[in-house]
Amino acid sequence: MTIERRRAVADLLAERGDLLLVAGLGSPVYDVYAAGDHDLNFYNWGAMGSAAMIGLGLAMAQPHRPVVVVTGDGEMLMGIGAFATIAQHRPPNLSIVVLDNGQYAETGMQPTATSFGVDLAAVATACGLPDVITLHANDDVAALRARIHARSGTVIATLKIAPGDQPHTIPLRDGVEIAGRFMRQAAIAP
Amino acid sequence: MNQHTVIPSADAGHAIRPWQRDIHACFTAAGITHVPFVPDAGHKGLIKLCAADPSITTTVLTTEEEGVALATGLWLGGRRSVMLMQSSGVGNCVNLFSLLENCRAPFVMLVTMRGEFAEFNPWQIPMGKRTGAVLELMDFDVYRADEIDAIGDTVRGAIDHAFFSRRAVAVLLAQRLIGRKDWSK
Repeated sequence: MTIERRRAVADLLAERGDLLLVAGLGSPVYDVYAAGDHDLNFYNWGAMGSAAMIGLGLAMAQPHRPVVVVTGDGEMLMGIGAFATIAQHRPPNLSIVVLDNGQYAETGMQPTATSFGVDLAAVATACGLPDVITLHANDDVAALRARIHARSGTVIATLKIAPGDQPHTIPLRDGVEIAGRFMRQAAIAP
Repeated sequence: MNQHTVIPSADAGHAIRPWQRDIHACFTAAGITHVPFVPDAGHKGLIKLCAADPSITTTVLTTEEEGVALATGLWLGGRRSVMLMQSSGVGNCVNLFSLLENCRAPFVMLVTMRGEFAEFNPWQIPMGKRTGAVLELMDFDVYRADEIDAIGDTVRGAIDHAFFSRRAVAVLLAQRLIGRKDWSK
């Protein structure tokens, strides 16, 4: 059983309140935007491997708000050391959601290391992040959404999504504007 | 102190140097509340000072790339940070710098130089020789600190420059400030 990614991301972001979101480059950016544009979405169009660490910084700076990173398996693999670094702090308001199809969808469906057996949840656990879950069904997303908003521990969630590309729904690309509207909406002085 | 003076190796990396206290005072004055680092012997005293300061949290990174992303996230959330690293780490970060340039995110790194003076390890030289050029190429404003007495002012200026004008700034701390690495132990 696998998860339909667009529906999963839309369900995850339902009634999001003051949720701060970092989207990793490629398909997760499109998925998040397809669920509805939001000023508190930080669309990370580049800097591959950085999404989880941006999320850590946000979570440490805004401890009273939930922070979610939505990224892909390829992006997470490039910054996999972030698990070791995040485990030093384990902010209770940080969740990392990896949409794992074992593919680099943006570049032609080449297999990622997860399709050769890397278990991102096990890596996270071994790094000292015990609160990991792997989801295989869309019906499990509602419970994950509740955990994100509960802010009761750093959560690492791997969603086993169906393979294949999605329509490229293209949000804002200007980084100054993305950061600016994010900080205005969150009432943070740049 | 004369800039050609070599600090005795017995001091290298052990005591907290006065200029490291100057940098720490800059952090306090500028509201720096987080200091991520990839360690270097030249930062040892400053790392100790930051770790002992209840108003500063620290993170030991697995790679300097993480520090660029962490600083951006902290800034988006309203906190100021400064990253400590050595010159070899600048090369690790190059594509991550696109995050700073695209978002005009303020960023400060204090870089202890290797490969430029009495270097015992030739493997440090390729990156050390090109550290400043790589940073300039990636649109950083690059300050150099060669004189102990000027370090505090240089770091203070770098932090203000970064956060007032939303710039990426690197301070290169000369290898001569640190002294020779003692390879006999």
